[in-house]
Amino acid sequence: MQLDLDDVTKTYRMGAVDVPALRGVTLRIAPGEFVAVMGPSGSGKSTCMNILGLLDRPTSGRCLFDGRDVASLSDGERARLRNRRLGFVFQSFNLLPRTPAVENVELPMVYAGRFERPRALAVLERVGLAARAHHLPTQLSGGEQQRVAIARALVMEPAVILADEPTGNLDSATSAEIMGLLAALNREGMTVVLVTHEADVAAHARRIVRFRDGRVVRDDPNARRPAPAGVR
Amino acid sequence: MPLRAGARIALRALVANPLRSVLTGLGVIIGVAAVVTTISIGVGARESTRQQIAALGTNLLTVIPGRVSTPGGVGQGVGAAQSLTVEDGEAIAAGIPAVEAVAAEFNRSAQVVAGSRNDLTNVSGVTPNFPQVRNWEPVEGAFFGEEEMRSRGRVAVLGKTVAESLFPEADPIGQPIRINRVIFQVIGVMASKGASTFADRDDIVFIPLSSAQKRVFGVDHVRALYVKVRALEQMEAVLGQVESLLLGRHRIADGGEPDFLIRNQADVVQAFQGVNRTITVLLAIIAAVSLLVGGIGIMNIMLVSVTERTREIGIRKAVGATRRDILLQFLVEAVTLSVTGGLLGVALGIGATRAVTALAGWATLITPAAVALAFGFAAGVGILFGLYPAQRAGRLDPIEALRAE
Repeated sequence: MQLDLDDVTKTYRMGAVDVPALRGVTLRIAPGEFVAVMGPSGSGKSTCMNILGLLDRPTSGRCLFDGRDVASLSDGERARLRNRRLGFVFQSFNLLPRTPAVENVELPMVYAGRFERPRALAVLERVGLAARAHHLPTQLSGGEQQRVAIARALVMEPAVILADEPTGNLDSATSAEIMGLLAALNREGMTVVLVTHEADVAAHARRIVRFRDGRVVRDDPNARRPAPAGVR
Repeated sequence: MPLRAGARIALRALVANPLRSVLTGLGVIIGVAAVVTTISIGVGARESTRQQIAALGTNLLTVIPGRVSTPGGVGQGVGAAQSLTVEDGEAIAAGIPAVEAVAAEFNRSAQVVAGSRNDLTNVSGVTPNFPQVRNWEPVEGAFFGEEEMRSRGRVAVLGKTVAESLFPEADPIGQPIRINRVIFQVIGVMASKGASTFADRDDIVFIPLSSAQKRVFGVDHVRALYVKVRALEQMEAVLGQVESLLLGRHRIADGGEPDFLIRNQADVVQAFQGVNRTITVLLAIIAAVSLLVGGIGIMNIMLVSVTERTREIGIRKAVGATRRDILLQFLVEAVTLSVTGGLLGVALGIGATRAVTALAGWATLITPAAVALAFGFAAGVGILFGLYPAQRAGRLDPIEALRAE
């Protein structure tokens, strides 16, 4: 799926004051890309992710999925797109507490009206957690929790994984494992968009977009990991 | 999202916090139990009054003579008119299909003597169908029949009080008594009716109406006609028919003052039942208020729950839950609380009702309608008070929700 942001702005109202978060962002993410979005805190990179993830709406400009403007979609249609086409991975994992790993992975399927325990277990195996399927999040390490979250993002076979600082709460060894997992997914054709402010994490991506003050200031291919042929 | 999944999610949330769920449900449990119990007690009281009054002859119209105005302007009281006759009664029985039977009565105080004992009592001449019409049968011996009525038989049936005062030791059956110097033979003793508000209803002697009119008192009229109506619903209609029939027989023109009065026993019953119903409704309202308070308790806890689980709502939305899915989840949770509370409340209410009957001896009646009302109200309370928190949950902004701690 191709994602396009076309001159997108976003302004938050804080009481009487308007706080601009995005000041006109134009960005195209092609199918199969591995993009790292970098920038200091407050640069607008998370806001950009939320708009791409259909969790937020732009103040002006357009957000296009495969060329189709998502502004016209209803709440239900946006939820359906989030459910089928997008997978989220968050910095703080965001697993349901008191709920076993496998049921966390099943969660998107619940909202799709599917109950496929074998599918959930297969995806957990894919991220190397088959043995811990029935553990509660509190019984898992940070890295394991993030793997559960990735499994949850994968279970509906989405087109795009949106990862917002996925390694922010992990030590460097575990971070490397998670990034390896995301890179492996990308090699299989999954589009991955990653927000980070750590250079060594961004180094796994094939393209690095830098934000500052609500604008894209640089957009370069990663010199160390050139895109494979056929992907722009 | 299928409802089954919603129910599962809701149940998990309720089970995750058992003490809170029980305390929240307690409001509904007590409310429903109170509604079931009060209505059952109220209905039971109403039913037992109805039965007591029915024993007196519920569907009974009593026709009594009216007042008489003499040409000189001297008014006499109600019952003074001498125009009511046995034939009036026969005409009513024959002319109005909804009438089952008509008994006639002429009564007056008289001295009754048995051997050396005597008693001033109420001597009542009645038609043989009197026991049937008034639901009042003899316990010993028998009542007189048509034969004694035709032949002006000198037979008497004693009320319990008279039997005990005239024959304290002996069996009264077959004994002679004198009423105004006329000798009668006792053939039966009536069942005790007990004292009414105004008089001892067992202080009475029944003799055939014909004997009372011709042998004892020398009159032609009667003091009362008891009209037994086939069904309670026909009372009003029959009352009108009796009135017009009697007006015609007594040749009273339209607008003229009737020389009789018709009293309706059903009016008394209705008055009693009206009071009963008022009390029941009042109690039910009080119970309903407690149910309402239970509902507010549910809303309170659900609002806390939505706030507590803001992050969970954000996660669910991020993975594809729609506003409706979230709303449904919280609504199912509230309804599960109230329905479970309702079921437990019904059980508790039935138990409490049984306990009231067993311990206080009150008549109670658990009607399906009362149970359905209480349970339906509880489910309604769950939906009503669950809706607002559920809507709030559904409307949460996913970004804000995910940011919540």
